[in-house]
Amino acid sequence: MNEVLKLLEDNARLSADQLAMMLGKESGEIRDMIEKYEQDRVILGYKAIIDWDKTDKESVTALIEVKITPQRDRGFDRVAEKIYNYPEVESLYLMSGGFDLAVMIEGKTMKEVAYFVAMKLAPIEDVISTATHFVLRKYKDKGVVYGAGPVDERGQVL
Amino acid sequence: MIDYSSLIPSHVQDIKPSGIRKFFDLVSSNPRAISLTVGEPDFVTPWHIRMAGIESLEKGKTYYTANAGMVELREEIARYLDRRFQVKYDPQKEIIVTVGGSEAIDITFRALLEPGDEVIIPLPAFVCYEPLARMAGGTPVIIETKEENNFKLTADELRAAITPKTKLLVMPYPNNPTGAIMTREDLTAIEQVLRGTNILILSDEIYAELTYGREHCSCAAVPGLAERTILASGFSKAYAMTGWRMGYLCAPRPIAAQMLKLHQFGIMSAPTTAQFAAIEAMRNGDDDVAMMRAEYNRRRRYLTSGLRALGMPCFEPEGAFYAFPNVSGFGLSSEEFCERLLTEYDVAIVPGGAFGACGEGFARISYAYSVEHISKALDRMEAFVKELRK
Repeated sequence: MNEVLKLLEDNARLSADQLAMMLGKESGEIRDMIEKYEQDRVILGYKAIIDWDKTDKESVTALIEVKITPQRDRGFDRVAEKIYNYPEVESLYLMSGGFDLAVMIEGKTMKEVAYFVAMKLAPIEDVISTATHFVLRKYKDKGVVYGAGPVDERGQVL
Repeated sequence: MIDYSSLIPSHVQDIKPSGIRKFFDLVSSNPRAISLTVGEPDFVTPWHIRMAGIESLEKGKTYYTANAGMVELREEIARYLDRRFQVKYDPQKEIIVTVGGSEAIDITFRALLEPGDEVIIPLPAFVCYEPLARMAGGTPVIIETKEENNFKLTADELRAAITPKTKLLVMPYPNNPTGAIMTREDLTAIEQVLRGTNILILSDEIYAELTYGREHCSCAAVPGLAERTILASGFSKAYAMTGWRMGYLCAPRPIAAQMLKLHQFGIMSAPTTAQFAAIEAMRNGDDDVAMMRAEYNRRRRYLTSGLRALGMPCFEPEGAFYAFPNVSGFGLSSEEFCERLLTEYDVAIVPGGAFGACGEGFARISYAYSVEHISKALDRMEAFVKELRK
């Protein structure tokens, strides 16, 4: 049932009991459903969305455009694998348009990101070129707006 | 010194301020309180609708509109009512854009009532009908709807309340505070009682978009009721637009023409910016409404099953965004129950008596709140109920 997936995508902390109450189902049914989704890798994981700027952790995010030469038979997959296996790589998308792969990477400093591009990414065979864009500020991520949360401004009216 | 009280006519002085004021002051003064009292959507008006208002301001659309509202908006309202509820009104002559549903209710009473006229009001219901009917010179006749009838108005109850003086029947469905709805079958039974009379209906359908499991049936969609129905509705609940004050009323042509005079001289025209936003809402807002309805429905199920798990009987609300559980089993009046829940366990819900004497024994719990919020409140209510059962 897609509704469970949509609700969990929005708020992964909802328990099976809560979901069951919201959807008018039995808890056991929801628990089985979630387990199946996890087994089938439909649900891949659960993570928190964190504004690291509000902590003392230094971090920098970059979007790297990568142009590559596709390989016979394997297309872009082999190169993609070589890239996404680096733990620094947050996400990797195959794109239409002016470049092939979009690599999102997180590092402690710009220098660290630059080092990754120069020493790890660019030398990969079949990588033709890279263009690195640093994220200056995150306004919204995963559907969540950064900064102050909503305040309930509704008054007592009857 | 002017003795102001001697200047205020008694029929105004006699209006009781909302009985719930004192309770709400208590809520406001408790910073720890988790409130489930609010009667408006927690959603912000969808962005594209807000943008339409902003753009209209940027373009300098700051003049009065036609008294009845912009013709484009009235045409959208007519199309919307036809599309959603198979109700047909002529946008030129039968629709007036009002300042919220409240104005629509007010001018209906003022256009139709004169001293001696009786207005039948089923309770529990929203608090405005009785004072407004009185102000217009009418005499309210209360029908106390029953939990065992799912708080519906029954044909027998209506028949017993009708006298030769009955002018108007108020139909507040989907209902605030009970969540009751009237189905087509229920309305057909009402039609049989009214057949052959000149009794008119004020159907307050402000919660029409918020029904769960089945589509709302408008009084104006029932043969035999349509010609006697004045339909009051608005954008507040459906599109989360409470603060815009956008309502409308639809009435048979000869009545609408009279109402328009009251609206014209009392209001001039509804706010122009809000009218532009309302046009956008009706043209492109169906998905927003569906999204919010689905979310309310999940919260509804969550809240009612949570209340029942606490051993609190709760009739199945099928509309609006309130549950109306029976709290009479704890040996407390509903006011005492709510006050103790608030002062001892920091959860605010509204005593049912605020919506008419027959609401005693019940409490209104709004689910225009996130599931997390409702969940926290339920935990505290569980502790309270356990304490009471000791």
